[in-house]
Amino acid sequence: MRLNIEALNDAKELSGLENTVIEISHVSKQFGGFKAVDDANFGIRQGEFFSMLGPSGCGKTTTLRMIAGFEQPTSGEVRLDGKDVSKVPPYKRNVNTVFQNYALFPHMTVFDNIAFGPRSTKAPKGEIAGRVKEMLEIVHLADFAERRPTQLSGGQQQRVALARALVNYPSALLLDEPLGALDLKLRQTMQLELKRIQREVGITFVFVTHDQEEALTMSDRIAVMNAGRVEQIGTPEEIYHQPATVFVAGFIGVANLIPAAVVAVTGDLATVDAAGHRFGVPVTDESIKPADSAVVMVRPERLHISLDRPTGDLAAVEATVEELVFQGPVLRASLRTAAGTELVAHIGPEDALPMLRPGDRLWASWVLDAACLLRSVDTTAETALVS
Amino acid sequence: MSAKIERDAQGRKQARYTPWLLLVPGLLWLIWFFYLPLYSLFRMSLSTKPSRFAVPEFGWAWSNYSQAFSQYGAQFQRSFTYALAATIAALLIAYPIAYVIAFRGGRYRNVLLGLVVVPFFTNFLIRTLAWKTILGNQGPLINLLHTIGVLGPNETLLRTPIAVIGGLTYNFLPFMVLPIYVSLEKIDPRLLDAARDLYSHTWRGFRKIIIPLSLPGVFAGSLLVFIPAAGDFVNSYYLGNAKTTMIGSVVQDQFLVQNNYPIAAALSFVFIAIVMVVVAIYSRLLGTEEIA
Repeated sequence: MRLNIEALNDAKELSGLENTVIEISHVSKQFGGFKAVDDANFGIRQGEFFSMLGPSGCGKTTTLRMIAGFEQPTSGEVRLDGKDVSKVPPYKRNVNTVFQNYALFPHMTVFDNIAFGPRSTKAPKGEIAGRVKEMLEIVHLADFAERRPTQLSGGQQQRVALARALVNYPSALLLDEPLGALDLKLRQTMQLELKRIQREVGITFVFVTHDQEEALTMSDRIAVMNAGRVEQIGTPEEIYHQPATVFVAGFIGVANLIPAAVVAVTGDLATVDAAGHRFGVPVTDESIKPADSAVVMVRPERLHISLDRPTGDLAAVEATVEELVFQGPVLRASLRTAAGTELVAHIGPEDALPMLRPGDRLWASWVLDAACLLRSVDTTAETALVS
Repeated sequence: MSAKIERDAQGRKQARYTPWLLLVPGLLWLIWFFYLPLYSLFRMSLSTKPSRFAVPEFGWAWSNYSQAFSQYGAQFQRSFTYALAATIAALLIAYPIAYVIAFRGGRYRNVLLGLVVVPFFTNFLIRTLAWKTILGNQGPLINLLHTIGVLGPNETLLRTPIAVIGGLTYNFLPFMVLPIYVSLEKIDPRLLDAARDLYSHTWRGFRKIIIPLSLPGVFAGSLLVFIPAAGDFVNSYYLGNAKTTMIGSVVQDQFLVQNNYPIAAALSFVFIAIVMVVVAIYSRLLGTEEIA
């Protein structure tokens, strides 16, 4: 599986090679005995919104800090615009960071904060004023130039931090969980705001977050990280619909994971025995062979329920209703198969069975393409997940 | 209902008076032990005392002030020059100490701060007398300075302006270290990351971020050193000579030896006035109210 992901990543890197801004080339980072980043290997393309997503301690911030220059890789290379910058200090790298707590200079006005970078590089005075004004307009803070950071709201401080970084026209903008301190509503506004600004300036954004919804909303591509390793890189759709690993499937959204025994593999369709039934599952992982144990992944909103066994080219398992929770847009049904696997189905109003009660027996089914087959997590990988 | 309104009104009234009630003890203390004595000192400064043993009599004697100026101008000037020199020396020594403790101290921070404060456990007079021994002609320092040729064979350390300024610097150093440390310690180290990220090497980050943000500490520290140093008489008495007399010594001499209370009082008021002017100019220059 590991080989497979790497091949996938290499292929992606190759496909975007001619316009890659940042290359993380077999980068590892060790802090004492702790491996924070383990052989990360991917490229970030010109103008894309790239997210690094993972639980805390997965190595995403360390990777970002290596791109910024605050940390040096233990092995491997960080290349910026094709040049190895692994040993170049932050003040000589043309990337800028939006820090988690913004780190605005409290003794300076908004204008001086934003002008700090251009002044460091000794840009001409007249030009600096023009660039700062332009940035203030982009972040909608034109009237706030003479304020102090402490006189601004959280969202406004966030915009200043953004302007302060973007005013330098960096090759890439690095954002370290910049929305973490904002409340939900403001966070959602700022997500769209960030997207708009990114489109407007056309600069590569590298965004670190532990919030999968945020990553899905904003990113062109996402790198999902876990325990120092990159588990998968892909578009939000790819990562949601075709997770490469059980970890990715579970981390992004809700996933039904049904243990399965592979019976046969023909082309890109595998036949499996799962939950006491035999059905077909599309398979992309070439390392999965007959007689392997694997996991069938299917999203809750793809499950249909019916009282009778459905006919047609569908995969179906029989289950008992354990709990029904009305959640507004959907009815959340917790089901359990005879083999003891728990399933969750999100039932829309059109598919609702009004008479359904806990204890009822029913059939959960899905079109074959809705599922995918993943290699089951072996015990060593599982301990890695926990740590 | 009306009872509740009444209770609320009463509560509000209480809330309005509480701050004033809390001020009362301090105000009484200040009035009794500071403003009244100050007033009596002011009356004294305008009194006449024809002879050493006469009782001073109030009489709008402004001549005391002109006498204070004309007779002791040199001592005033010397006091403020020495105090300024000691303040600058203390700043130059204290800033690096405070910086290292705040940013590099790690878990030894409190130990290092303790080392800064430890000399305070010894009496001020004893510390100054210890300096006398260290700088003295039989002391270890003078031999070293003679050997390496910093001082000529007939030159000494004790009883020089250098010794007085050194003593003032040493005695008031902790008053400089602690406020600077407090203001440095409050600086978010991520601001330095941000400065580095925005193309500033370490020195520019220090100049543009650390120095401005530590100014309140520098301001407080230099006042805490300058004011007591300017009024000090112990250091010039034990470490200086007749030509290093500071205004504190003159006041002490006039009060306790010459018994010339009116002149001593006038000298004190001139001193207070000069200090207030200096502090006002200094705070205007540093503009600390804007930073804090």
